[in-house]
Amino acid sequence: MRKNLVLWAVAVAVLVLLPPLVIAIKQPYYIDLIRRVMIFAIAAISLNLILGYGGLVSFGHAAYLGIGSYAVGILAFYGLPGGWLQFAVAIGASALVALAIGAVSIRTSGIYFIMITLAFTQMLYYLGISVAEFGGDDGMRLKARSQFPPLDLGDPVQFYYLVLVLMLFTVFLVDRIVNSRFGMVLQATKSNDARSRAIGFSPYPYRLIAFVISGAMCGLAGALYANHTSYITPNLMSWLQSGEFMFMVILGGMGTAAGPVLGAFALLLVEELLKGWTEYWQVVLGPLLVLSVIFFRRGLAGIFDKSDA
Amino acid sequence: MTWALVFEQLLNGLQYGVMLFLMAAGLTLVFGIMNLVNLAHGSLYMVGAYLAYAATQWTGSYLAGVALGLAATLLVGMLVEVVALRKLYERDHLDQVLATFGLILFFNELVAIVWGRAALYTSLPTWLQGHITLFTGSRYPGYRMVVLGVGLLVALLLWYVVARTRLGMLIRAGASNRTMVGALGVNIKLLYTVVFGFGAALAGLAGLMAGPIYAVQPGMGELILIQVFVVIVIGGIGSIRGALVGAIIVGVVDTLGRAFLRPLLATLISPPAAESAGPALASILIYLLMAVVLAVKPAGIFASRN
Amino acid sequence: MLEVKGLTKNFGALRACDGIDFDVGEGETLAIIGPNGAGKTTLISQLAGNLLPDAGAIRFAGEDITRLSAQKRSRKGLARSFQITSIFPEFTALENVALAVQARAGHSFRFWAAAREDVSLTQPARKILEEAGLHDRTDMPASRLSHGEHRQLEVAMALATQPRLLLLDEPMAGMGTEESERMIALLASLKGRLTIILVEHDMDAVFRLADRISVLVYGRIIATDTPEKIKLNEEVRKAYLGEEA
Repeated sequence: MRKNLVLWAVAVAVLVLLPPLVIAIKQPYYIDLIRRVMIFAIAAISLNLILGYGGLVSFGHAAYLGIGSYAVGILAFYGLPGGWLQFAVAIGASALVALAIGAVSIRTSGIYFIMITLAFTQMLYYLGISVAEFGGDDGMRLKARSQFPPLDLGDPVQFYYLVLVLMLFTVFLVDRIVNSRFGMVLQATKSNDARSRAIGFSPYPYRLIAFVISGAMCGLAGALYANHTSYITPNLMSWLQSGEFMFMVILGGMGTAAGPVLGAFALLLVEELLKGWTEYWQVVLGPLLVLSVIFFRRGLAGIFDKSDA
Repeated sequence: MTWALVFEQLLNGLQYGVMLFLMAAGLTLVFGIMNLVNLAHGSLYMVGAYLAYAATQWTGSYLAGVALGLAATLLVGMLVEVVALRKLYERDHLDQVLATFGLILFFNELVAIVWGRAALYTSLPTWLQGHITLFTGSRYPGYRMVVLGVGLLVALLLWYVVARTRLGMLIRAGASNRTMVGALGVNIKLLYTVVFGFGAALAGLAGLMAGPIYAVQPGMGELILIQVFVVIVIGGIGSIRGALVGAIIVGVVDTLGRAFLRPLLATLISPPAAESAGPALASILIYLLMAVVLAVKPAGIFASRN
Repeated sequence: MLEVKGLTKNFGALRACDGIDFDVGEGETLAIIGPNGAGKTTLISQLAGNLLPDAGAIRFAGEDITRLSAQKRSRKGLARSFQITSIFPEFTALENVALAVQARAGHSFRFWAAAREDVSLTQPARKILEEAGLHDRTDMPASRLSHGEHRQLEVAMALATQPRLLLLDEPMAGMGTEESERMIALLASLKGRLTIILVEHDMDAVFRLADRISVLVYGRIIATDTPEKIKLNEEVRKAYLGEEA
């Protein structure tokens, strides 16, 4: 990440200047679009921690997006729009669920882990549908935006900058974590599990903690997303959504700081483009994804990274 | 809640179980022989249902529709293998998951383009619409018995292939080792294409049998696929026997749960609470079961891989 | 230091280890030799904790470790190197060894400070790399090291965990003459300071380094003695050379 400081500075500058620019050309829609991309980028960054650096192929990450969103929605429903409380519950609940799912799943590996995380997320999806009080399968409207006085999340531009700051913060946080002693162990267990045990590391606690941190961060993304769309449905927890997150991480470049951000931008902007062409955009996206897996092995970040590793 | 009702639901559970088995067997075969994780297996189920529907419409005959649909699904499977999957065998499971995920998106939209997004209902020919009378005295749809019968027949066939033929020997040896298989004088590429096609046919069979019972719509494959994963986790990957046991367990637990959990809960807690808790719990019952199995036996009941 | 009694491991009908008994004294270097398929790797795997024996017991410094996991054994001072190079390819040589140092430095639940800049980890790592002859390769990604350097790194990592017993699984495997000499010199420098169990095919190294040699054939130890006596042992010669001695 240090190597590409210049590129990061440019990217941040572009993102900072975007709102005034698009307002000037009378296209405020782009503020919403890029804000949505950045929220998903936070989710992708959180997944990158366990997938890109830890080698845990969690196909159930969208669960935390859903939990975070529902936390905000449910508290708002009961007349508790205070932002700090809502976000704390979103993050806390996601962490707890991640702990529960992780505790059972992390003892397995490989294809089992993929299937199990998928199954648990589906379980949450069904729970979401069956609780009719919160809209069941139709979902629920957000009664009121999270309140963070003096900020007004109802103002698109203020909300945009909040998301930008949070996105940069999570990039920074994950970067510190993966380069710490904890992160080294996590990466080592991904690199060579047998070797890490042979020198005395027990992978389980490290992986579990990473899983929980990752879930909590994604819960934050969920809380932001609820405010963004004002409409919360169980579809947020669908495995198609989980698959998209995985794509962002891998397409962007696993185990790199810029990867998940690049991946989120690339995937979502391509989707926007395709949606503009045809209602059946997935019929084009599907094969594109297949091709990108077959040919784009190191992901987009690999293009920018001049060193060989 | 009478015994007759319980028995009827048990049969439903078994019938659903054999369909899960057909799917699980195909998935586990492909994984066991080719070390390929195929998320698009559900899409083949869906394609089977749609192609059989289309073929029945076109020929006007149910049996011809079934035969054509099955053959067409086999071909689609082999085509997918040749075009998209060959490059994935050497890649790791993660890449396979992602690539086959892309295939899911593709197939779901493709069927939506051709047949629209609304659910279709395949109708049964009159000779399959009848009911039979069970020993309990109640009437049971003949078609579901046929499904149960066909599923068991296929299970028997698979057992024969795995236990008694050379191909079965390769499967049991966990022959994802290409060198070993090649040393036995087998044409790898052809073997893989055939095995994948066979797996696709199993999924397609499950799909076309499901048509008259459940709705045929885009995305139907993924709904059942996740339950197939639960089956494989419980039964252990790579094991056909495990797939059968797991499928029966999941099918029966899920069906009985949906039918009886609410009334059962109503005897323990207040009826209004049972009204909402019942269905919610029923829908997650098999996942809870999976969690319990994992806690006790992380590799599944009949795990055949280390 | 290490006592092995009646160690048995079966794989189905195949008896890979058949009631193996031996012990190694503190500071001693014991070499285990035997023809291919004798069960050496199975034995090492059980000693290191990667495989559970079907019967028998392993005592390390007086403690029963038979059912202890690999990571717990490592923390008790039993280090191993792998026959097929097993390192962290994406990390540099220095980072590889620093990780081993870190493993010994208590828990690693520190989330903020950059580990690569932690002198308490890198300094000991540099020392060990120097001892292992890799001081000019510290910043090279491990995947780019030569085969011989990989083997050296394997030993370096084992050393970094401050072991009391070193289990070396064919450290010379695939090495040329010059590289072998370096490895033998390194191992010779460790003699006496550590207890070493050396599984090897390279007879030159074995005879130069071992205090005693155990010969493993078809899962059984047929002889344990000093190198000179082993050279003259009838049964050993038969096992290696067939009926013609």
